[in-house]
Amino acid sequence: MINRISTTAVAAFAMLGAGAATAQTLVPSPTLDAIRTRGSLECGVHVGVPGFSFPNDKGEWSGLDVDFCRALAAAVLGDANKVKFTPTTVQQRWPVLQSGQVDLLSRNTTITFSRNASLGVNFQGINFYEGQTFIVRKASKATAAKDLDGASVCVAAGSTEEKNAADWFRERNLKVTITNFQKNDDAIAAYDAGRCDAYTAGVGALAGQRAKLKTPGDHIIMAEPISNDPQGPVTRYGDERWQAVVRWVLNGMIAAEALGVTSKNVDDMRANSKNAEVRRLLGAEGNFGAMLGLSNDWMFNAIKAVGNYGESFERTVGSGSTLKLERGQNALWTKGGLLFTPPFQ
Amino acid sequence: MNPQVRLSSLALWRSRLFSTPLDSAISLVVLAALVWAFAPLVRWALINATWAGETRADCAPGGACWVFIKARFGQFMYGFYPAAERWRPNLFLGLVVAGIVPLFWLHGRARLALGLAALLALPVLGVWLLGGGLGLRPIETRDWGGLMLTLFIAVYAGLIAVPLGILLALGRQSRLPLVRTLSVVFIEFWRGVPIIAVIFLASLLLPLIMPAGVGVDRLARAVIGLGLVIAAYMAEAVRGGLQALPKGQGEAASALGLGYWQTTGLITLPQALRISLPAMTNEFIALIKNTTLVLVVSILDLLGIAQGSLADPAWVGMNMEAYLFSGTIYWLICFALSRWSRSLEAGGPRSH
Repeated sequence: MINRISTTAVAAFAMLGAGAATAQTLVPSPTLDAIRTRGSLECGVHVGVPGFSFPNDKGEWSGLDVDFCRALAAAVLGDANKVKFTPTTVQQRWPVLQSGQVDLLSRNTTITFSRNASLGVNFQGINFYEGQTFIVRKASKATAAKDLDGASVCVAAGSTEEKNAADWFRERNLKVTITNFQKNDDAIAAYDAGRCDAYTAGVGALAGQRAKLKTPGDHIIMAEPISNDPQGPVTRYGDERWQAVVRWVLNGMIAAEALGVTSKNVDDMRANSKNAEVRRLLGAEGNFGAMLGLSNDWMFNAIKAVGNYGESFERTVGSGSTLKLERGQNALWTKGGLLFTPPFQ
Repeated sequence: MNPQVRLSSLALWRSRLFSTPLDSAISLVVLAALVWAFAPLVRWALINATWAGETRADCAPGGACWVFIKARFGQFMYGFYPAAERWRPNLFLGLVVAGIVPLFWLHGRARLALGLAALLALPVLGVWLLGGGLGLRPIETRDWGGLMLTLFIAVYAGLIAVPLGILLALGRQSRLPLVRTLSVVFIEFWRGVPIIAVIFLASLLLPLIMPAGVGVDRLARAVIGLGLVIAAYMAEAVRGGLQALPKGQGEAASALGLGYWQTTGLITLPQALRISLPAMTNEFIALIKNTTLVLVVSILDLLGIAQGSLADPAWVGMNMEAYLFSGTIYWLICFALSRWSRSLEAGGPRSH
């Protein structure tokens, strides 16, 4: 009760001192305090998904999801290397987060209603629009799922993918032969051997699978998915300020791409940009970092170390990697994709 | 076989495989089947394989790409253990070998003294060398991995399991009802729980129920969990040995005026352990293979590192190489252990 009164009092004072957002108005954030005390961020990642989370030859964790952890560490602690990774399997990811062994999960986890409502976890935005799609030979000239009329598709029997694909084609009266195999690996091998015209899986998974084909360059992954499995960083209930930090670092990386801020031009942008949103984002104007209890160069540090969302995407799963994934739905909303951020105002 | 009629190995093989026309025919058919079955593997793994290079681009299609193993060898052996500190696990391995090998030549009191010293000092030394502190750079267990971690888990779980297993076996035979009941309950509980469930509980449930701030290392929890399960198995192996001993052994010892501990330590246990050695080796080999179960809580042992490597887009699709390589290492370790235990069984007196 006393606690509630004092919080109300603090809020009232904050309103009196309108605009002067200072450290006094900050709600306590045990997670941020813990990160600062231990001097590192604890990030739960996937044990291994090509392009998203994997140890590289040097034994460093890398990938799109790992990049986000590094950006977050740079924003909170000023150093992208002050992050420790806990690889997590599908079975252990929720308990690891719930028991406080990690500060967040950044690991190819699909955002769903029931997870949000019943697991005590919040999703802090979307860093990858995953969705089931098809891989086909370039020579087939098919570019979208609706072009597959009369084709055959290899799938693993009984998988979600099989059901999704069958439903999707039936609904649209397309005659597509679904060829069942016992395992995903058998299905993709059969596709590679020419027994089917297409193979189906999530975009991210297909990118990894394509790299295993005999001549990856002969195949394209259709950009338009038939299912909707957005993925993003996850935090546990409670500690709203920490949740805001996670959410806005992700937004900041997306905003940086939209505003043309990259790891290479970030110094110049901070010093010379006339765009007010760029100046707020990089801490040249206003005190946006301080409002979250961070330093004002939080996003400057994150972008300098990791780059904007687009740079991270291209480096880990896109054209700069062996996966060569198209941006597709993961392009900015201004460029025909779904990737969106609210404004830094 | 009488040494005088021992044939040269070539002649021996000829006499075994080609002594009659029918034998020859069978031998040839089996040989052809072996060649037919293994030729593609040999062609893939050895003949068409690529050994030199830096990236997957150097690898010829149709053969194994051992470049992958070469590029990742450090990780397969040490996980993410910093390269500059890898002398520490190496040194520890050297010390273990130096502590154990002389046991083969020493006898009597010297052997006992060295054995005990190694058993007491090496485990502590190992934790210090690998984990750091007290002058060494601390290396968190999350950076341990690969073969080093596999061996660490197996050895330390074994260090828990063998003594505890022996105590439990003795406890189960005890005349004191409380000790007997506790031992039976312990053994039956841990034997009845799947190892994977134990690892899950140790890794996931403990942190949830423990008070905040009291953290037991993730690896330590897995090692202790594995150790307790294997202890229950070991206990049953040792009990088999104890029950195989003729009753007269213990009775004779009592008649000579030896107490319980003297009878056990000097008469029954040494003989029982020798009898149960094959069963205990079996449990230990099973333990080594069961260490791979720590994968479910993302402790990256040899197999975990192999799987992690497969997620690197630079090497995606190298499944065969990764599993063949790690499988071969597991096999080599288990085979070496089985040979060692056979030599232990063969040596020394067995009379009772």
